Formats: sequence, C-alpha cells, structure tokens
Amino acid sequence: MFSEEKLNKVKEIIARYPQGRQKSALIPVLHLAQDEFGGWLSTETMDYVASLLQIKPIEVYEVATFYSMFNLQPVGKHVFEVCQTGPCMLRGSDNIIDYIKKKLDIGVGETTKDGLFTLKAVECLGACGYAPMMQLGKHYKEHLTPEKVDAIIEECRANAN
Amino acid sequence: MKNAGRTQTKSQSTNYNSKMGRKLLFDKAHIENIRYYDVYRANGGYGSAEKALKSMTPDQVLDEVKKSGLRGRGGAGFPTGMKWSFIAKPEGVPRYLVCNADESEPGTFKDRYLMEFIPHLLIEGLIISSYTLGCNTCYIYIRGEYAWIPDILEEAIADAKKNGWLGKNIQGTGFDLEIYVQRGAGAYICGEETALIESLEGKRGNPRIKPPFPAVKGLYDCPTVVNNVETLATVVPILRIGGEEYAKYGTGKSTGTKLISACGNINKPGVYEIEMNISVEEFIYSDEYCGGIANGKRLKACIPGGSSVPILPANLLLKTAKGEPRMMTYESLADGGFATGTMLGSGGFIVLDEDQCIVKNTLTFARFYHHESCGQCSPCREGTGWMERVLRNIDNGKGKMSDIDLLWDIQRKIEGNTICPLGDAAAWPVAAAIRHFRDEFEWHVLHPEEAQQRNFGLAHYADPLEIAAPAAV
Repeated sequence: MFSEEKLNKVKEIIARYPQGRQKSALIPVLHLAQDEFGGWLSTETMDYVASLLQIKPIEVYEVATFYSMFNLQPVGKHVFEVCQTGPCMLRGSDNIIDYIKKKLDIGVGETTKDGLFTLKAVECLGACGYAPMMQLGKHYKEHLTPEKVDAIIEECRANAN
Repeated sequence: MKNAGRTQTKSQSTNYNSKMGRKLLFDKAHIENIRYYDVYRANGGYGSAEKALKSMTPDQVLDEVKKSGLRGRGGAGFPTGMKWSFIAKPEGVPRYLVCNADESEPGTFKDRYLMEFIPHLLIEGLIISSYTLGCNTCYIYIRGEYAWIPDILEEAIADAKKNGWLGKNIQGTGFDLEIYVQRGAGAYICGEETALIESLEGKRGNPRIKPPFPAVKGLYDCPTVVNNVETLATVVPILRIGGEEYAKYGTGKSTGTKLISACGNINKPGVYEIEMNISVEEFIYSDEYCGGIANGKRLKACIPGGSSVPILPANLLLKTAKGEPRMMTYESLADGGFATGTMLGSGGFIVLDEDQCIVKNTLTFARFYHHESCGQCSPCREGTGWMERVLRNIDNGKGKMSDIDLLWDIQRKIEGNTICPLGDAAAWPVAAAIRHFRDEFEWHVLHPEEAQQRNFGLAHYADPLEIAAPAAV
C-alpha cells in the first residue's frame, strides 16, 4: 500500500489526463510502485496498481511485461545496467562488462549473494558520446574505466552499511 | 560544456579555417545558468512566444514555419509546416501536441542535451507550437531511462507557469496551455509516433496501422501532432528571425541548423549544432567539431544518422560516388540512394576507426532491433532474432558462406513488410554492412580462428584517406 503522500502523487498524475483516461497514468504509477516496493513488481503490486487505476489486472501485466525497465523478479539493491549497443561497444563496453563480472563474481542477469548488486547488459541508453556507460538507479555513470567501476562499487558498499 | 569529451591523444585534425558555424539553438548555450528561467528570460527568452501570441494569428505562425523549410529532426525529415497543416479541426474536439523525447535511436543523444541544459527553449517552442495548432494540452513523452530529466523539465514548467507563460490566459492573450511530462519505461519502439501514443494511453507500445494518421485520430482518438524535441525547439529561432531568414541558413532543401550527436572513435564526442552547409570531412576532422579520429587512428566507416541508416565506408562517406564532397545535408548524405549513399536521419553520427569489426558492430545492432521489436509483425519479430543468431555465428567463427546470402535474404523479407518502420530500421544496417563490407564477412567465415584473434582492418575502405586526412600519413 502506498503512503498518503504517494497516493496524493497518484491523484496528481491521474489529473493530467482527461476524465476517464486514468489508464494513461499506468506507466508513471508503475514507476512509483517499483521505487516504493523493493525495486520490482510482484503480482500483488501489479494487482494493487490495477485497483488504484480501476483497470483489470491483465491490463497492468501486459504493460509491465512489455517495458524493459520494469523488473518482474527481485533485483539487488544496486542494479548496474551497462549499455552494450554499437556506440558503447566501439568504446569498450565489453571490457567493462567483463570487469564487473570478475569483480563481483556474477554473470549478466545475476545478483550477488549478499543481494547488493545485480548486473544487466542493456541496449542503448542514449549516452553514446559519453561511452562506455551504465545506468545506476536514477542516474548515468559515464566514461567508465575499471578504476571508475571500482569507485562506484565502493560507494555502493559504503551506502549499504 | 559537457560535450568536451575525452581527448586521449593529440588531435590529428586539420585546421579548416572556416568561420565558426552560425548557431540558432545553441547560440546562448554557453551562458551560465541558462537552464533557469530568469537567465533565459534576461537573454531574450520567451521573446518568440511573446511575438507569436501577442502579434500573430496561428495561421501567420504556421506560414513562417512553412517558409522556414524546417524538416522533422527526429529522423524522417518530413516538412514540419506541412505536418501541422494536416491537423484536423472538428468542432468541440480537443487537439493534442505531443513532444517526442523518447530519443532511443542508437547514436542519438542530442535531445537530452537540449532538455538538460536549455529546457526553456523547448517549453517556449511548445507554447508557440500549441498556439499554432490550437492545442491546450501538451505532453512531453520522455524515455524512462532519462530519469533525472523530468525533474528539470517540471521545474522549468513550474517557473514558466509562475511567470505567466503557462496555465490559463497566458500573458493576457486568452490562450490556455498545460504541459505535462510523461516517462516511458524502456522501449525503443515508443519513438514511433503511434506506438508513443499507445504508450501514453497506458498500453504496450504497439504501433498502429495508418491511416488514420495521428493528425486525424491520435491521442484519445483526437487530432494529434507528434514532433521531436529539436523540431519544436527550432520553432523559437524561426519566429525570432523569421521563416525566410531561417531558410537562408543551410543548403537547398536542408535549411537551417541541425544538432548532430557525434560518438564512436573520435577525439571529441558530443552534441554539435551545425549549419547544414559543411562537409562530412570538415565535421569529422575540424577542431570545431569531432577533432579527428581518436588515438591517431584512421577512419574506416561511419553511420551518420543513427543506427538504422546505412553504414558507409570511408571512401563513400567523404565523397559521393560521383566524386563530389559529401555534405552534412539531407540530400547529399542520401546521394546515390542506398547503393552508395545513406541518410542524415536523427543526426546520430557514429564513427568507426580502423580497428573496429563490422561484423561485431552489425551484430550489436541486430541484437538491439531483436530486443526492441514489439512482436506484432512476424517478419520483424522472427526476422530480427534470426539475423541476430546468424550474425552471432559468423562473429563466433561458426559461420558458413551461405549465411551471408541468408542474411541478405532475411533482411529483404523484413523491409517493407511491417506495420511500422522498425522492420526497415532493422534490415538496413545488415543490408548496408553486407553491401559495402562483404569481403569482411567472407573473411570471418574463411578464417574463423584468426577472426577470434584480430579484426579485419581497413583493406580498400581506406583508399581515399590519403586525400581526406593528410595529417594521418
């Protein structure tokens, strides 16, 4: 269940659309829900969103499964989403992915045993001029090098304690 | 400026001694804090909106946009004024303007720069455009991964509203407008205008069959215009200097300036505003723009308009098949059709140096389109995955000679056989890679072990480089 504050946010979002078009709020509300409920969307969460927007649960599932930013499985506290498309590949993103795999001892799509990190290889994030890069939460980490990756991992670990 | 990029080695670039290119969008980008309302306003911001709303009729604004020759900056290059004139105006039905900020074509990151650093330029463009089209509600649909930018835009919208540029009765003119920011959630296809509309309605991003076009039946089945961020921002300088004056910038039907996001193996990756009258050679090698190929290497190939446009080897990139210098214009880049030309597209300019592998590069794009296919049309859904698998085999040294013809066959059967242009976008990079670099694919098949150890290199693609970049010799 959302807090009072989040429920007000949902109301504010719904008010952006014409009467009866509250389904338009689905993607923004799923973002809110994912942020709020542990970084992923469980069936219960999706059903709750359906009830908030007065739509059928299936309408939520079909959207949640379509968009790659919605996680349908639990993920680590920090998700490294490293871009692997052409422009990043030309700038050495493969090396960065390999480095993170070794450093964290996980494969792509896996989460570390302590639940801190998940590594994902993703498609173009629109930061091609600042490659190689990754998304970490709300922000981009650009011009990645092994040293920079080390620093990012340390920072995440420090925040976890 | 964030576009300074990395410069690892001394630039091998040539001094072109050209006068600095004229800017219309980035003319004030260097001003500190231009992203804030007060600074933007103090530097002439909202002057175009004031002019339009207070002294012009919507038809007069439309006329200026038509005269400017502005063409859609999202990739298709369709004349904006004409697109606007198609909007249906049934009595009592709202019309919508949707700003396409989905920016997801690999190689393209120009709109992000505009929104992040000069958000009020976009807001002002949206006000003028909405006034012209008769829209009272406008949505900015931004890709979900640009998660920090909605905050910047919403702050700008709030400041504009506080100062009477949004809301009810704007500047006492009686015109009402609300702008809302909507985040996507990771789907390339939502850059296609009908998929974007579906997504904005809270559905999967499946493109619609056209007709009806959005101008007649778009968002909520109402008349809708969908335009790219850069297109809408460009309306501001058009109103400032006038359509006729704008059309004097650039060359022929490529009027004005264009934002180019340059990336790959160059010394100065970043977002550049160019006047559409410079050569590709100048853009790559001059210090004002890309600053030459990084690490002192040589140019092998380039994809000048985002990943879906045909890749060209250096020789055809710098000069057309007729031997004329290739220019940064819609027409010149397309010169020779797909046989020897390419497209300006979205301006996502991807440069490959001599060490890059064309097979690997093509594989990453094939994987991208496979991942991003919405799955509605079988040729795209099945074909993109098939191309990815065949390319992966060739890249891994498990390819057969017949695979190259198979790839050609698959891409031909995707192109033109899908509801939306994603099918074409997936087919063209594969087709162009085989067309211009077939010997490299064959080399991979014939030398599977060697291909795992090293890349093919330059071969004849480098032929004209002695002429193009004397500094590299």
